Amino acid sequence: MNLWTDSILVLLALASLLLLGSSRIAGCIRIVAFQGLLLGLLTLTVQHGTPSLRPLALATAIIALKGVAFPWLLARVLRDAEVRREVDPLVSYTVSLLIGTLALALSLWLSQRLPLPTKPVASLLVPVALFTILAGLFVIISRGKALTQVLGYLVLENGIYVFGVGLVQGTPMLVELGVLLDVFVAVFVMGIALFHINRAFDHIDADRLAVLRD
Amino acid sequence: MEAGLTFALPLLLAPLMLGLINRTKALMAGRTGQPLLQTYHDLFKLLRKGAAYSRTTTWVFRAGPTVGLAAVLVASALVPLGGVPAAFAFPGDLILFAYLLGLMRFFTVLAALDTGSSFEGMGASREVTFSALAEPTLLLGFAAIARQTGSLSLSPMYAGLGSDAWRHAGPALALLAGALLIVFLAENARIPIDDPTTHLELTMIHEVMVLDHSGPELAFILYSSALKLWLLGSLLVGIVVPVRSGIVWIDTLAMLAGLFALAVVTGIVESSMARWRLLRVPQLLVGASALSALALALILR
Repeated sequence: MNLWTDSILVLLALASLLLLGSSRIAGCIRIVAFQGLLLGLLTLTVQHGTPSLRPLALATAIIALKGVAFPWLLARVLRDAEVRREVDPLVSYTVSLLIGTLALALSLWLSQRLPLPTKPVASLLVPVALFTILAGLFVIISRGKALTQVLGYLVLENGIYVFGVGLVQGTPMLVELGVLLDVFVAVFVMGIALFHINRAFDHIDADRLAVLRD
Repeated sequence: MEAGLTFALPLLLAPLMLGLINRTKALMAGRTGQPLLQTYHDLFKLLRKGAAYSRTTTWVFRAGPTVGLAAVLVASALVPLGGVPAAFAFPGDLILFAYLLGLMRFFTVLAALDTGSSFEGMGASREVTFSALAEPTLLLGFAAIARQTGSLSLSPMYAGLGSDAWRHAGPALALLAGALLIVFLAENARIPIDDPTTHLELTMIHEVMVLDHSGPELAFILYSSALKLWLLGSLLVGIVVPVRSGIVWIDTLAMLAGLFALAVVTGIVESSMARWRLLRVPQLLVGASALSALALALILR
C-alpha cells in the first residue's frame, strides 16, 4: 500500500466534500485548483519502477492547466462578471454534505461490485474516482450559477482522470494530452460563453436562462 | 494502581485545563490573565456559598447539576489515558460513555426547561440540535477505532492505537483526529461553535442553560464541564499521541503533555477565530460526520 497515493486520494475526496459545503465561488475555484494540483502529484505517485520523463511532463501539464490556468481564467470571469459572490445552491449546504456522504458510501459499495479488467493501483482509487464524478455531477445539478456548473464539469473530469490514471497503466501520453487539450478548449469556450451571457443578461444564473422567452 | 491513576488524574487536573485555555487566550490578547489555578478558587468559592432557587422551579432543576456530575464521574471511570487503562473496562463501554454524556446533557436541558424561562428554552433547543449532529461523529469514530483494533472496549481500543496503527491506517486516523477535534470543540461549547465567555443572549448555547444555577450547583456544573473537557480531550489526544511504551509513567506524561498542548491549541483557536453563525454550525458538524464516515470507510475496506 502506497501511503502517498492513499493520502492524495483521501485529500481528493475531502476536497470534493469541501466543494459541496462551501458557499463562496472564489473558494470553490481555489478548491478545484487544489484538486488539479493533487491530480498532478497523483500522476507521479502511481508510477512504478524507474522515474521517467513522460509522467513528469504530463504532471507538469496537468498542474499548469488544472492548477493554474483554469482557476485563473475562472477567477477572471468571476471578477469581470461582477455577480454576487455566493454559490446560490438549489440544495442547502448541509443537505449537500449529507448527500455527499451518501454518495461516498455508494461509491465504496459500487467499487466492490464493479468487475475491473486490471487491479487498480490502490484499493481506494476506484471509490474516490466514482465519488469525485458523483460530486461533480451533483454540483452541476444543484448549483444555480453557470460558473459553478463549469466547476462541476471540471471536478467530473478530474474524477474520470483519476479512474484512468490508476486503472490503465501506460495510457499513451498523446491520448492524455489530447484529453487535456479538449478540456482546455471546453473551459475556454465556457469562459467566453459565460462572459457573453453576463453581457447579454446581467446575470449568470442558469435556472433563469431556462425561462427566457421573447 | 494504574486504574486509580486514570480515575484520579482528571479529578485533580481537569480544572487546570480550563485555566490553561484562559491563560493562553489572555496571552494572545496581550493581557496577563487570571492565575492558572483560578478555576479551583472559583470552585471553592462557589461551594461555600448558598444556592438561590426561583419559586417556579421544581426538584428537576435541583437534580440537574447533581445528575450531570454523577454521570460525568462515571464516564471518567471508563476513559483510558492513552495506553493506560481506565478504572473499568468491559465490551461495549463506548456506548455507555456516549450515553452518559447524553444523560448529563438531558438533565442540563431538563433543568433549563424547568426554569420556565423562554431564554433558557432557546439555549436548550440549540444544545439538543447541535449535540444530535455531533453524536454520529463520535459514534462513527468509535466504530472506526473499534474496527481498527478489533475491540469493543475503550481501554483496549486506545491501547491498540500505537505507532503501528498510524503506519497501517495513517490517513484514516488523521481524519478521525480532525473529526474528534470538531466534536471536542462543539461538545465543550468552545469557539467556533459557541462562545464560553459571552452572555449575549443571541449567541450563547451552553452558557444560557446554566444562568439560573447558583452556589454549589454552579460549582458542580463548572466541575463537570471541566471533566467533560478532559474526557473528550483525552479521547482526541489518545489518537494523536501514539506513545504506548507499556511503562505507566512515560505514557501518562506523554498524555498529560498532549492534553495541555490541546488546551493551548484550543486557546489559540479561540483567540484567532470568530464564533460562526448559528446557521453554519450544523454544516461544520455534518462535515465532521462526513470525516468520521470517511475514516470508517477507509478502515473497513
